[in-house]
Amino acid sequence: MMPLKHPQRFGLLPGFGLTMGITLSFLGMLVILPFAALVLSASRISPGTFLDTLVNPRVLASFRVTFLAALGAACVNAVFGFLVAWTLTRYSFPGRRLVDAMIDLPFALPTAVSGIALTALYAPGGWLGSLLEPLGVKIAYTPAGIVVALIFIGFPFVVRTLQPALADLEEEYEEAAASLGANRWQTFVKVIFPSVLPALLTGTTMAFARALGEYGSVVFISGNMPYRTEIVPLLIITRLEQFDYAGATVLAVAMLAVSFALLLLANLVQWRITRYTYERS
Amino acid sequence: MHPSEPGARQAKKPRFQATGDPGWVRVICVGLTLAFIALMLLFPLMVVFTEAFRKGLGVYFAAITEADARAAIRLTLLAAGIAVPLNTLFGLAAAWCVARFRFPGRNLLTALIDLPFSVSPVVAGLLFVLLFGSGGLLAAISRWSGIQILFAVPGIVLATMFVTLPFVARELIALMQEQGDEEELAAMVLGANGWQTFWRITLPNIKWGLLYGMILCNARAMGEFGAVSVVSGHIRGVTNTLPLHVEILFNEYNFAASFAAASLLTLLALVTLVIKTFVAWRERNKGIIAESHA
Repeated sequence: MMPLKHPQRFGLLPGFGLTMGITLSFLGMLVILPFAALVLSASRISPGTFLDTLVNPRVLASFRVTFLAALGAACVNAVFGFLVAWTLTRYSFPGRRLVDAMIDLPFALPTAVSGIALTALYAPGGWLGSLLEPLGVKIAYTPAGIVVALIFIGFPFVVRTLQPALADLEEEYEEAAASLGANRWQTFVKVIFPSVLPALLTGTTMAFARALGEYGSVVFISGNMPYRTEIVPLLIITRLEQFDYAGATVLAVAMLAVSFALLLLANLVQWRITRYTYERS
Repeated sequence: MHPSEPGARQAKKPRFQATGDPGWVRVICVGLTLAFIALMLLFPLMVVFTEAFRKGLGVYFAAITEADARAAIRLTLLAAGIAVPLNTLFGLAAAWCVARFRFPGRNLLTALIDLPFSVSPVVAGLLFVLLFGSGGLLAAISRWSGIQILFAVPGIVLATMFVTLPFVARELIALMQEQGDEEELAAMVLGANGWQTFWRITLPNIKWGLLYGMILCNARAMGEFGAVSVVSGHIRGVTNTLPLHVEILFNEYNFAASFAAASLLTLLALVTLVIKTFVAWRERNKGIIAESHA
């Protein structure tokens, strides 16, 4: 049953002016003014310079590295994030609660710490690096190292978005599928997976978006070789250190454009799902 | 049934053969999950402490008590000490006006509050460099007042505040929207004034959500790297926060000292996770108690 819509509550509770004032002053100082500075800085750059900065082989290479690494990490996270979320919601095993609490570690651990820890693990002399070296697999200081770091920081997004969706699944649907003759695999593919697919997509998009802008956990393990393992955020910092504010601005605008497009996409998916479930019920 | 444990529902109600998974599937799923968690979470955690203590306790304590490390710890505590209370105030104010009132532009306001989460930390730092740097909108402030903002403590605090701005607000907006305003309206009808309503009704209702938002805000404030790195200028002993100190030592191949400093930040993360789990557990239990009373 839908609750009746409340009438306009404006004016019944006090404090609107005060709280709105505080909110707007914070947003003005910390969000609106800095973005205005970016817009101002961008408006001083001619379209020609803008294009020249972007269509530079080193810049294009860094966009490719950043994009492909984020995409690779997002794919791994979609698979393992699903697996971990499924195991945590469906099965009980010793240590389940501890594992569940630990999922958020990448959110809580400072990115610089994750960066140096992963580097120490996968460097040629490290615990895992020394195991992989005889096999000819190099992780640290290669694009694979970037992917590993992005898997680390992205997978909680997938797990935490999927968990409530998996927990909300009604057992009745699975029973119905089984009673209509579906085997367990068919039930999974045709009933369970489609209902949590939107959550999986949302979580993966969030992980992907975060990965595009990630800096701290990547710069240590990547080795930062131009054309090969140089990511866009690092390039922005390099430009700033050379006092090339215009160049840094162009790269930042390009990155913001990509992340807003992704945000829009994620919201669109969410909106379609809400509409879909609303129409169905 | 007393479902005090979240897994109790599944555990107590045996699934039918048809809707349960075969044993081997369970074993493989649990095995792969544990392997993935060990590889991705446990190993990095262990490597921090092993590397930190590799050269012994003496070196470890020397590394975290030397002058530069102490200065970095002080600056990190200072930045978080300013950013967390201010962002808590912002979060409370934003939640009150967004969750308790309807006004044109409300969705836009919510989007603006969430904006810092979708900006790369490096871009966040850049925003403040452009704002206060030469030719920037507010460059004049720095010039007239003589207060250095960029490559100094105020810039670090501002960048930290930017990246941690949404934590408390986001948590409280969701919570207060879900709770609704009936209790507050009842208090007002019974003659309480605005502040009494806030202190006696709203605050007790949201206290766990508030704590949750604050510890997440604090963890990020103390651990922020990218944004702070851009605005700090890396002046040793002056504008180095603890994460930047970790970076400098690591790049100087002083691994033991770098991991010693990193171990402090790791402890902070672990404490954050423990409090977070505890608060989430309390919230869930409270929810269940409220349900069983209804």
